[in-house]
Amino acid sequence: MRNLQLNQHGELRHLLTIEGLPRDILTAILDMATPFTEVAEREVKKLPLLRGKSVFNLFFEPSTRTRTTFEIAAKRLSADVINLNIGASSQAKGETLLDTVDNLAAMHADMFVVRHAQSGAAHFIARHLAATNRPDLHVINAGDGRHAHPTQGLLDMYTIRHYKKDFTNLRVAIIGDILHSRVARSQIHALTTLGVPEVRVIGPKTLLPAQVGKLGVRVFHDMRAGLKDVDVVMMLRLQNERMQGALLPSAQEFFKCYGLTPSVLECAKADAIVLHPGPMNRGVEIDSAVADGAHAVILPQVTFGIAVRMAVMSIVAGN
Amino acid sequence: MKIHIKNGRLIDPASATDAQQDVYIAAGKIVAIGRAPEGFSANRIIDATGLSICPGLVDLSARLREPGFEYKATLESEMAAAVAGGVTSLACPPDTDPPLDEPGLVEMLKHRAKSINQARVYPLGALTIGLAGKQLTEMAELAEAGCIAFTQAGTPIADTQVLLRALQYAATFDFAVWLQPKDAFLSRGGVAHDGEVATRLGLPAIPVISETLALAVMLQLAQATGARLHIARLSSAAGLEMIAQARASGLKVTCDISVNHLHLSELDIADFNPHGHLDPPLRAQTDREALRRGLAAGVINALCSDHTPVDDDAKQLPFGESEPGATGLELLLPLTLKWAQEMQLPLARALARVTVDAATILGVDAGRITVGGVADLCLFDPAQQVRLSRTTLRSQGRNTPFLGLELPGKVRYTLVDGHVVFEAA
Repeated sequence: MRNLQLNQHGELRHLLTIEGLPRDILTAILDMATPFTEVAEREVKKLPLLRGKSVFNLFFEPSTRTRTTFEIAAKRLSADVINLNIGASSQAKGETLLDTVDNLAAMHADMFVVRHAQSGAAHFIARHLAATNRPDLHVINAGDGRHAHPTQGLLDMYTIRHYKKDFTNLRVAIIGDILHSRVARSQIHALTTLGVPEVRVIGPKTLLPAQVGKLGVRVFHDMRAGLKDVDVVMMLRLQNERMQGALLPSAQEFFKCYGLTPSVLECAKADAIVLHPGPMNRGVEIDSAVADGAHAVILPQVTFGIAVRMAVMSIVAGN
Repeated sequence: MKIHIKNGRLIDPASATDAQQDVYIAAGKIVAIGRAPEGFSANRIIDATGLSICPGLVDLSARLREPGFEYKATLESEMAAAVAGGVTSLACPPDTDPPLDEPGLVEMLKHRAKSINQARVYPLGALTIGLAGKQLTEMAELAEAGCIAFTQAGTPIADTQVLLRALQYAATFDFAVWLQPKDAFLSRGGVAHDGEVATRLGLPAIPVISETLALAVMLQLAQATGARLHIARLSSAAGLEMIAQARASGLKVTCDISVNHLHLSELDIADFNPHGHLDPPLRAQTDREALRRGLAAGVINALCSDHTPVDDDAKQLPFGESEPGATGLELLLPLTLKWAQEMQLPLARALARVTVDAATILGVDAGRITVGGVADLCLFDPAQQVRLSRTTLRSQGRNTPFLGLELPGKVRYTLVDGHVVFEAA
């Protein structure tokens, strides 16, 4: 898997997952993002790094926010951006995923930003490009099933580094639906790779994967115990459809047990920061008083997200 | 047609024979072993120097895909694959389209297989109509048409009352019932073993309790009904332990595993390789080790290919959307030999699991080399390594997690009914 996203010089060719990437690659992305945050404040918000390149946003699953941030990032790098919401077109007509990819590749795409409901879809596309010898076409995983959402993981790391400076003395808690979350998996791999000594996950047993401990995290089922003395609180979005099966009894009960309220947040350190990948369900996983409160860094996450995606795009395009 | 096979190493697991002996065949039967019968003059002499002669392999599960899935495979392609793999008898599951749930379909299949005249085909009848798990099939009629046992293939019966009735009814006529232990609800939506790899990859998972819970129900129902139960495609160490315990308490139950589960584990899907998408899923390494030992010890009675040819369009998809299954008829012998080498087992003991022991479960007279018995034989070169590639496979399905590997054993001749039905170039 590592070979698939790195070229023969060990440089990042695709960004498919954070798992297995060396720390210096992650750090290089975060370092490169720093000057990009200033671009947005200029009068002309553009850099010529991807001028003449075509970035295809391949969204097999609906998304507004992630697609928009990728689009903004690509445009700020002067790329041409083509948005394809494929969930509603080719696949519905029976075209296979590989046919779609081959057709777009024939239009001389330089980069695919892929969102797909199946875990491993971005790997699948990258492997097909390798098998058909198209080394100049890059793939960025914008979320595949429950597997990975590496740019989200990286922007969260950027945010943490911005406020906490150093990873090696932190205690971090990730809260909510770990089982179905590609964001949580990317966060865990990024945090452990960057040297965070203690990563915790907090949630009911129905929302934790069987072998979550093997990912190098401590497992908690109680909010107050899990939040005790943490520096960083990472909330996850709870999908509405989780209420329909037997995973949870109700949104109300989830909020009662695992919602982030000002009261439970007091268990964390006084200077703890609160992150959320958005969009938030106020009153389900997070109390408005926290979402809008002094600990929240949720809006800066969004701003940093564009800079981090610019960094990822310019790095993979250069390799 | 009289054939003299000379200078070969004869391996007959049933009689624990492993010695250099000539074999003499006439009119489809083995007429002598060792010394030629008086006045025997062969039409053909096969020089088997350097080759091993074993009973033709008996495969407990080979999907031929007819009727209904001819775009995945045809009887012609898969029967050719069978004899190229040294398989001379095979059981085909009823999960075709339509399923083998009425006598006409079974008769047609038997007729087609017979006209191709290669391996012997033993259809498994559907236990319930449409494999839907609701209404029993006409088992007596199906048996008359040629079904040797009844099964649901990979579709579990969720309703335990239906399962009880099915076993009671089958027991009435002493028909064997083959069941794959899989809980209908706990396996729902899952594509991989609920372990470390699925946790990392974010794949919807099937826990081991899906197997053990279903197995507990099946063993209890077999006990209660007296049905002849065969457990198909065991995948876990915990399941194996339950089989051993049930036997210890007096239940007559047999079981098999597939070649994939003998050699692979969840680690083989760590790169999202859809060829590793199988039913049941590849489980933990500890499970695989238990299955390897269990098969050697005979707790697991037989090894099968679980041959499932899948077309490229259905395999070349992201892991969770790909169709489960792997082609296997041509891998049954090489993977048996590989296991024997790795476990340092005598060849006769290893081959028993794919010959006489499998034939016993099937309830047919096959899988042994005896004077007066049918001349179904496989002659192979155990020393030759073969690299498995898409072009070397005769099966229409090119889907196997073993692609690119060098495997031991090359089939040189396959005989069915005393005729050479396959001869390697």
